[in-house]
Amino acid sequence: MHSDTRAPLGLKLSAIGGLIFLLAPIALIFVYAFTTEEKSFQWPPPGLTTKWIGVTLGRADVWEALGLSLKVAAISTTLALIMGTLTAAAVARSRFFGRETISLLVILPIALPGIITGISLRSAFSLLDIPFSTWTIVLGHATFCIVIVYNNAVARFRRTSGALIDAAMDLGADGVQTFTLVILPNIATALLAGGMLAFALSFDEVIVTTFTAGNQTTLPIWMLEELVRPRQRPVTNVVAMAVVIVTVLPILAAYYLTRDGEHTAGSDK
Amino acid sequence: MRPATSQPAIFAPRSGPLARAVDWVIRHPRMFVFLMVLPITLWLGIVYIGALIALLIQSFFSIDEFSGMVVREFTFKTYGELLRPYNLDIILRTVAMAAAVTVAAAMLAFPIAYFAARYAKGKWKALFYIGVMLPLWSSYLVKVYAWKLVLAKEGILTWVFAKLHLTWALDGVLSIPVIGGNSLSVSYMGTFLVFLYIWLPYMIIPVQASLERVPGALLEAASDLGATPRQSFRMVLFPLALPGIIAGSIFTFSLTLGDYIVPQIVGNSRLFIGQAVYTQQGTAGNIPLAAAFTVVPIVVMGIYLWGARKMGAFDAL
Repeated sequence: MHSDTRAPLGLKLSAIGGLIFLLAPIALIFVYAFTTEEKSFQWPPPGLTTKWIGVTLGRADVWEALGLSLKVAAISTTLALIMGTLTAAAVARSRFFGRETISLLVILPIALPGIITGISLRSAFSLLDIPFSTWTIVLGHATFCIVIVYNNAVARFRRTSGALIDAAMDLGADGVQTFTLVILPNIATALLAGGMLAFALSFDEVIVTTFTAGNQTTLPIWMLEELVRPRQRPVTNVVAMAVVIVTVLPILAAYYLTRDGEHTAGSDK
Repeated sequence: MRPATSQPAIFAPRSGPLARAVDWVIRHPRMFVFLMVLPITLWLGIVYIGALIALLIQSFFSIDEFSGMVVREFTFKTYGELLRPYNLDIILRTVAMAAAVTVAAAMLAFPIAYFAARYAKGKWKALFYIGVMLPLWSSYLVKVYAWKLVLAKEGILTWVFAKLHLTWALDGVLSIPVIGGNSLSVSYMGTFLVFLYIWLPYMIIPVQASLERVPGALLEAASDLGATPRQSFRMVLFPLALPGIIAGSIFTFSLTLGDYIVPQIVGNSRLFIGQAVYTQQGTAGNIPLAAAFTVVPIVVMGIYLWGARKMGAFDAL
């Protein structure tokens, strides 16, 4: 019988091969951000330079797109935090008519392809003559951010003992005090993790956004335009690297915040 | 002085509108729950479900071929258009791609998930976690962009093949009709690879979750009873991992069905469902046909989910 702690060689090689397949393309982004080649995706890079980082920092269109993306992500995350937490509290704590329906309704925007959310919102806007604005983007984003917050919060609520709340109330805390002194500290890290993941998801969203943005440019839409019609490859390379760094940091932080419990963080994107 | 016993058993109402409101709500638990689920019901009910229904209704409208205006009369004419050879090709092409990506993702995910679930400890476990989470949460467009770099004719993949003196193999694959092309970045192979990369983590996570629940003793028992590794995989491990694979396939299948960005950037110019929806609603201005096209993935996914549910995939999510 083979030893239990040692993996068969074939399995080990294919697992490591899989890891390389997963990570190498992302690593490549970091190399291309420093290439001196401007016109093509030549490999290996003919030379390395940090010049393009400075050029990118001076680009107004990149900054504007970044600003809009941050604004949308902040508003959507706030809305999602409020609605997701309330829903999670209700679903985890009580039995009520329509409970199953609500827990299904919440995951629907993620279960159906994003293009369906996008085009249905778009056609609803045109039916109701709603002009495109930051708020039409937020409307789409908050819809799928709720799931992320909800998933994190509902897992935490299930692990938090209801007796804590009863005890606080018995000891004379009113509703507001119970919430700020007992409930909130218990769910804070789950909300922080959920909020960061929702923020990252909104910051990155492009499929729904193309339908709800009109002429506005978020950072992913800027990237998409560059992908379809590459005009300034070096700037795109640097922006891509920056986006990887910005999205990776919240993931690592969320991992450290939730690893003591079950890893709810990314398990149901 | 009054005796203490005559004081009321419950506290007097507190002053202030906020305190009163909070107290009132807490004393009415049903009202409390109602208020908690009200925002989400309104939001998803109106914004999301409302928009979905509006879309479905429009798929029963049709477009006047002369004026290009939407005729708001109930008809199945638009659904009939889906069956024209050109549109039917789009649907079949997308479903075939989604199926191919799903099968390949399952085959690639299994060893990674199995190794991470059963053998990886400490540092390796963390590395596998990061290795799955990083591509999962990295920007979607950046991932597509990274693959444009990888697959470019002057890019790293061509270079690797040249260094290994295997350029003939790459050319051989590219010369295969249908899936080949001028270079990887303008062929179905390229589209397939990018889809596979982008949705692979969605397969690994549920497969790993289901494999972690398989007790090691089961596999030892199988080999003690004389099963070859191949047999214990086929008769013990695979059946137990199947719900996880099906759960993952829901993601890979659904996400491939609805994507319109990957085939637009890496691939030849033949359309997928997502692109058809996008062009029909945008430049063509044919909202009814776009709406009818979106019904296809909804129906396909509905059938798929129904089947997956029968096989117990939802417990592995």
